Amino acid sequence: MSEPIIILRELTKQYDQAIAVDHLNLTINKGEIFGLLGPNGAGKSTTILMLLGLTEPTSGEVQVCGIDPVSHPVEVKRKVGYLPDNVRFYEDLTGIENLIYTGQLNRMTKKQAREKALQLLTRVGLADAAHQKTGTYSRGMIQRLGLADVLMKDPEVIIMDEPTLGIDPTGAKDFLNLIVRLSREDAITVLLSSHYLLQVQEVCDRIGLFVKGKLIAVGDIASLSQELFANEPFRIEAIIHWERNSSWDTISALKQLLLQINGVAKVDIEDERLHISATQDVTAQVARTIVMQGIDLLALSKREHGLEDIYHRYFESESIQ
Amino acid sequence: MMNTWSEHMGKWMFRVHQYIEKQKAKAEERHVHPFWVVVYKEIADHVRSWRFLIMGALIVLTCMGSLYTSIQALTSPNNSESATAPGFFFLQLFTSTTGSLPPFHAFISFLGPLLGISLGFDAINSEQHGRTLARLMSQPIHRDDIINAKFVAALIVIGVMFFALSFLVMGAGLLVIGIPPTVGEFLRIVCYWLVTVIYVAFWLNLSILFSVLFKQAATSALMSIAVWLFFTVFFPIILNLISSAIVPSPDLAPAAEVMQAQQLIANLSRLSPGQLFSDITTVLLRPTIRTFGPLTLSQIVGAIPNPLPLGQSLLIVWPQITGLVAITTICFALSYVSFMRREVR
Repeated sequence: MSEPIIILRELTKQYDQAIAVDHLNLTINKGEIFGLLGPNGAGKSTTILMLLGLTEPTSGEVQVCGIDPVSHPVEVKRKVGYLPDNVRFYEDLTGIENLIYTGQLNRMTKKQAREKALQLLTRVGLADAAHQKTGTYSRGMIQRLGLADVLMKDPEVIIMDEPTLGIDPTGAKDFLNLIVRLSREDAITVLLSSHYLLQVQEVCDRIGLFVKGKLIAVGDIASLSQELFANEPFRIEAIIHWERNSSWDTISALKQLLLQINGVAKVDIEDERLHISATQDVTAQVARTIVMQGIDLLALSKREHGLEDIYHRYFESESIQ
Repeated sequence: MMNTWSEHMGKWMFRVHQYIEKQKAKAEERHVHPFWVVVYKEIADHVRSWRFLIMGALIVLTCMGSLYTSIQALTSPNNSESATAPGFFFLQLFTSTTGSLPPFHAFISFLGPLLGISLGFDAINSEQHGRTLARLMSQPIHRDDIINAKFVAALIVIGVMFFALSFLVMGAGLLVIGIPPTVGEFLRIVCYWLVTVIYVAFWLNLSILFSVLFKQAATSALMSIAVWLFFTVFFPIILNLISSAIVPSPDLAPAAEVMQAQQLIANLSRLSPGQLFSDITTVLLRPTIRTFGPLTLSQIVGAIPNPLPLGQSLLIVWPQITGLVAITTICFALSYVSFMRREVR
């Protein structure tokens, strides 16, 4: 599993004045599903184009399947399937004709291409629509046809740019699951870029956070939040019920008691909500304290730092600057 | 008797059918170079497209019309042209007219550019607009294969179409006048066909260039048509203005001066690709034409008004042929370079 298949070293791409990709270092292993996550204009698409040899890097080194796409683009494109963002097909050809064309471009005979296309259309669930013109396809169908199109060449690596763009959430989830299933079946490495963090979070083995041409963090979700929120306090939110008539004393007493728990740094009370910051996980103690005070505890939640927090923190602070 | 004949026919048809099926199966199992895969697809797209059908029908119809008038002119008793150039009946199919319709070659020089433009104006930008270009480029083919294949495919379509048209005219001529063409005439018609293809290829390349430069297909189509209109309508007007300004009256100025000015105007007019084409076709299809420039009396005296052999005719228009090939190549080179440098995004 730890055999590297995509290696980027100090990769830089400069358009006139703007730096799209800034000294990027990244290694993706064989069989991995890697998510490149970042806001629009972060340089994800540019990085992908450089991987395919469709754009030349200003400086730095790229290796895909052990081949340099700058000097040997055709060899790389033989092994790498690319699904562009918002992919489309020739609308006056049928689904299967489009796939046969791709197959023939990959040096298959027409017969081989037809057989392969039929088989793939069945796998992505488009067998019934094979002989319809792609102009009549829905967005979700186009996307699945795109996946079949990418698989026509028996790729070692699939690169997808915003694969879930324009599909409804359920469709997107199904599509991502399809990608995962097919790529696991054939042991294909998948690199997908997205700005839909939640969807990516579910399917990817590892994630790279990409902001302004720089990779700010790489890893799985757990290690990402550990790495990025190492100095962050634990946050616990509790909802309690108390009689408004009863004095403030009860509440301030509770606050005092909570503050005495080892590790609790701060307690904020906002109507019926308690926001507690702590240096360690004190959820159990907090619950016990509240209940012992005779106050009704309605809800208690431990806020974990998910991708959303990571995303907001990094991307929003970037956009404010 | 009838029975055996139809049986025979049936067997024969079956064999043909079998042969076709076998060839089809063979083609299915052939490994085709990706370049030719793109070419086949482009040809199929062109032939199935409405605009090609419309342009093709238009050209075939007008050519049939001009063929009809040229046959009328040929068979009428007071035909002045056949009197001056006896023996070149066949070429007159392409050039002579009763005046009601322009001759074949004039029609081609008018409609050919439109055909070229209609085949090329959305070559690249339609793929970009339809978002299929990135997918196509991510296939294991070289980037220049795409633009080369688009050019070659359109060229094949144009070539086949004009080939068929020239030979249809020849066939119709054979039926009507009943005299087979001489070798010289045949070669002239082949040369004419080649030059026509180059001329249409120029407009094709120009429109491909615009299709690379402009993102909208409508813009590139309008640009191509604007250039075509400029050269067919406005350029002659401008030339007229210039000529009336600089060519002195032959009654007042010395002959040398008049000739010099006229030569200048003639050279200016050759900046237009249409003029180059009509120069070439005129000389190729009218073997009696010996020069474009004015002749002095001393040059005419003693000359035998014989038709020129093909080699000599070609020699007269060699500069024009070179020019036509050159502008065609330049247009293609420009579109090639700008396509190769284009960022994919």
